[in-house]
Amino acid sequence: MNGSANTIEVEQLSYRYPDGTQALENVSLRIAAGERVALVGPNGGGKSTLMLHLNGVLRSASARIVIAGMPLNDQNLGKIRAAVGLVFQNPDDQLFSPLVYGDVAFGPLHMGLPESEVRARVERALTAVGLTSFAERVSHHLSVGEKKRVALATVLSMEPSILVLDEPSAGLDPRGRRELIDLLRTFDQHTLLISTHDMRLANDLCARLIVLDQGRVVADGRTSDLIHDAALMEAHGLESPP
Amino acid sequence: MIRERYQAGDGYLYRLDARVKVVLTLLLIVGVMLTPERAWPAYPLLWALLGSLAVISRLSAWRLTRLGGLALPFTLAAAALPFTMPGHPLIALAGLTVSDTGLARFLSILLKSWLAVQAALLLALTTPFTDLLWALASLHLPETLIAIIGFMYRYLYTLSDEAQRLLRARASRSARLPDQRAGGGLIWRARSAGGMVGSLFLRSYERSERVYAAMLSRGYAGRIRSLDPLPLTGKALLDGALPICVLILIESAALLWWAK
Repeated sequence: MNGSANTIEVEQLSYRYPDGTQALENVSLRIAAGERVALVGPNGGGKSTLMLHLNGVLRSASARIVIAGMPLNDQNLGKIRAAVGLVFQNPDDQLFSPLVYGDVAFGPLHMGLPESEVRARVERALTAVGLTSFAERVSHHLSVGEKKRVALATVLSMEPSILVLDEPSAGLDPRGRRELIDLLRTFDQHTLLISTHDMRLANDLCARLIVLDQGRVVADGRTSDLIHDAALMEAHGLESPP
Repeated sequence: MIRERYQAGDGYLYRLDARVKVVLTLLLIVGVMLTPERAWPAYPLLWALLGSLAVISRLSAWRLTRLGGLALPFTLAAAALPFTMPGHPLIALAGLTVSDTGLARFLSILLKSWLAVQAALLLALTTPFTDLLWALASLHLPETLIAIIGFMYRYLYTLSDEAQRLLRARASRSARLPDQRAGGGLIWRARSAGGMVGSLFLRSYERSERVYAAMLSRGYAGRIRSLDPLPLTGKALLDGALPICVLILIESAALLWWAK
């Protein structure tokens, strides 16, 4: 791996949904290896759309996106999807297999890894989220907190260098939220991009904050500076944590 | 709202390899269906075979017999047979004649459906759905079909929860004032029910797009892969052999002697 092994570079990304809604407009950002960045902004601000571009689920012809040193194109698509672990907001979308084991194994299996390696990775991923005994559980019977952790395990098993999480703490009770923050804190080998409305999570976990509103980056800087800028927070429908 | 018939248990069929169990069930159903129409002694014997499978699996044979009644409404389709098949007239009922061949055909259809449903129930009662999936996959059912059944199983519960939430939302807004006719007319009600079905469909449709995006993100490229199941052991095959032998005995007797 070279020095840019887990960086995210996005230049001039604009995206319009088929129905005409302009979701992103000239978004450019650079995230260095090992950084933890919170992506905040009002609903419909473009956070999820931006995230779906980072592993090529959505594509834009004009933008230049470079992930882990690889330009996003058809040849690199597979490698980029292996490098970027994207966790969707709703775990019911992320967990589509009947059993937890099958879901965690899905990524490594479709990367074409040998069976013994797949099994080892499932084991490691479930251990990382503290759910080793859940392998044979049925996904729809889990609690929201458990589903969120399994959703995280389903991308950890692909051993990505970049984790992109869409509202990981949404719908969690305070204890579940606390456990999640502690868990995310252990991922010090990864570059983390977390979209969230939870300003305390952003403050606890991420040194850098990017504010996205109406498809544009309106602020990008140190979390500790930005969240105490009451005017900025107010203008973009956010709240400073107490 | 929706629940599985399977409940964890311990007994012969619970321990049997799911692949062997699927084949055994198919053979039982085919055997029941191939029983000649008038081989009457075969039917109680087949029923005894199914009942003993239930008993050695620590299920109640009586419960199985009762649940088998699930098949009865469907046999109504054959209810006209005793009156329409040509044969020796047995009794005349209000201008209609019951023929012996017709009655025999009807009774055997009734018994066969009842027995076949019991065989299928034995499988459903003793096998977790997910085991059934990989068993079917390892018996080379097309993987697309397996994937579709798997998704259906996974999202049936999510969908039923969603429907329940919609119904609750409607119930909590279905208020009634004193001296006021509430609820609207039939057409209005039908329209609101139609709206709920439509909204459920749209939600599922949108979910399917998000699920597909989640699959793409984890490297899906048009082909579902799965881990190879455990190899089938000789012991598992041997365990399944006994009921199959009994079935063969009953069917041979039925074909050779009783069918005369």
